[in-house]
Amino acid sequence: MKTVYLDNNATTAIAPEVREAMEPFFRDMWGNPSSMHTFGGQVRKHIEQARQQVAALINADPSEIIFTSCGTESDNAAIRGAAEVIGPRVNVITSRVEHPAVLGPCRYLSERGHRAFEVGVDAAGQIDQVQLGEFLREGSAVVSLMWANNETGVVFPIAEISGMVKAAGGIFHTDAVQAVGKLITDVRAVPVDMLSLSGHKLHAPKGIGALYIRKGTRVKPFMLGGHQEDNRRAGTENVPYIVGLGVACELARAHRADEFVRMATLRDRLQSGLLASCPDTRVNGDVHHRLPNTLNISFEFIEGESILYMLSDVGIAASSGSACTSGSLEPSHVLRAMGVPFTAVHGSVRFSLSRYTTEADVDYVLAKIPPIVSRLRAISPFVRKQ
Amino acid sequence: MWEYTDRVMDHFRNPRNVGMIDKPDGVGEVGSLACGDALKLMFKLDKGGRIVDVKFQTFGCASAIASSSALTEIIKGMTLEEAQKVTNQDIARYLGGLPEQKMHCSVMGQEALDAAIENYRTGKTDKKILAGKVVCNCFGVTEEEIERVVRENGLSTVEQVTNYTKAGGGCGKCKDDIAQIIERVRVERLAAERKAGGQAAPRRLTVIEKIRLIEQTIDREIRPLLKNDGGDIELIDVEGNCVKVALRGMCAGCQVAKFTLKDVVEVKLREFVASDLVVEEVKE
Repeated sequence: MKTVYLDNNATTAIAPEVREAMEPFFRDMWGNPSSMHTFGGQVRKHIEQARQQVAALINADPSEIIFTSCGTESDNAAIRGAAEVIGPRVNVITSRVEHPAVLGPCRYLSERGHRAFEVGVDAAGQIDQVQLGEFLREGSAVVSLMWANNETGVVFPIAEISGMVKAAGGIFHTDAVQAVGKLITDVRAVPVDMLSLSGHKLHAPKGIGALYIRKGTRVKPFMLGGHQEDNRRAGTENVPYIVGLGVACELARAHRADEFVRMATLRDRLQSGLLASCPDTRVNGDVHHRLPNTLNISFEFIEGESILYMLSDVGIAASSGSACTSGSLEPSHVLRAMGVPFTAVHGSVRFSLSRYTTEADVDYVLAKIPPIVSRLRAISPFVRKQ
Repeated sequence: MWEYTDRVMDHFRNPRNVGMIDKPDGVGEVGSLACGDALKLMFKLDKGGRIVDVKFQTFGCASAIASSSALTEIIKGMTLEEAQKVTNQDIARYLGGLPEQKMHCSVMGQEALDAAIENYRTGKTDKKILAGKVVCNCFGVTEEEIERVVRENGLSTVEQVTNYTKAGGGCGKCKDDIAQIIERVRVERLAAERKAGGQAAPRRLTVIEKIRLIEQTIDREIRPLLKNDGGDIELIDVEGNCVKVALRGMCAGCQVAKFTLKDVVEVKLREFVASDLVVEEVKE
């Protein structure tokens, strides 16, 4: 059976180049980079090369990059590390549509004497800048706002909002896990203090991430107990994965000139095809400011888990914001924050493409979905009577 | 992905009895779009009062569709008296089991059936008969419904109630209320059992029944208490009225283990299984 993987915002295939680059570090080059002998010494320079590759993708200086175990660690380290430097009681500002990796630490801080604020979004998922301004006037703050949303692909105006935060004297962190590799994320062009990225969202394996910390930004280390990463992140370096992340970033940089356009073209083909073939269907999120690879679409009157299982039966992998697929009974907090009606939230499906997605993949999906949707609607009690 | 049985996937992929009936005798509707699942069930009776035709329409996940399909297959050919005795457990069993978090799908089937029978008898077409106080405002679950699933399924934790009814799965503010209902049902059940025991000697348990009941009591009543203190218990053997157990975790070697054994384990086993049981600790 043909398989079409359109769940790249969840995780991506490991690029063959990445796998090959990692291999020697599982075989011969297993030394500890901190050691004073050749076993270790020859490994260190590969870490530094990876650091340069990661830095180049976001236009940072290599010294501003530290390697972590994942995007979630980067987010935790940034938010909690910055809050701890400022003092026992700070304002922590985030948005209602963040990933749990950001909402978790912010809520944790609010339970420990800090004040947390969650900025709302409009119906298109765009941040309420007026409310952000109001929260910033409450005093100096650690602010964490995502570059692009994992569920809808909506891209926040990072230049503007990071500018607002800096003008108010705050520290600005952005969770760019979904943005890096799919957009130009240039830390010289926007005044972000910290930025999180994750390996497995850009064709490196799971278990590796990075945190950009602008020179001069004070952050308390999150992991203690070693001098690694210039005393900013203790723990023996995960050498093979660091090397893999470096190569993945290099590939993302090499492909970006044509990939952004190619992915967006394919995504738009998928979107217009589905809207044309399936009635009572709506696109969620700001279509003018969106990742080139993401389409979040709601099929009214039917439920996401059922759609996903039927898609899986024909080899298509996607995800949904419905309650039944979230593991809890609450549907997507992102779509709810946008005020998307319950009916549409339960029937929402996210398709996310990658540079390995082909036109044939998209056409396959376009052929398979309409019969699935009408089959499920034939079972549903809510479908409008013709 | 959920671990669905092949039977669930079969009824999801090829649902039986989908659709509507022209001039049905009874129609029941439960759930809503907002809740994330909904079921509309209708049936027609023959002259002898048996369900001759039944159809459903469902909005929901794979297990909701499969539960509805299973329900229609179960009740076809039954009289309404027989159909009324069908429980959510019958639906789950028919499907070879459902994941715990999906048990509410089977409960939805039972509720739709009740509503359809009620509709046949009284002509009422309320989407849901909201008898009693609404406990969970997020999902509109009443005290009566919670009591019923707790009683019929022998539930003992709030989490189980959420899995079976969704109650408590939204904002979570009603969790204390649900805990109180569980406790109330437990006390009522004990009182009823004692009363029954006083009037007529309970039927003698077979050895297998006794061991099962001991295991069940350990799982439901004893282990949760020990886990609170980081301990655990394992059933080793049953010889006559002597139950041999091993204490694990923090309980092993605990100074007060002797008291735990007599005051907790033995008391609970006597309460739920038989009053002549003696508990003995096996040390390895």
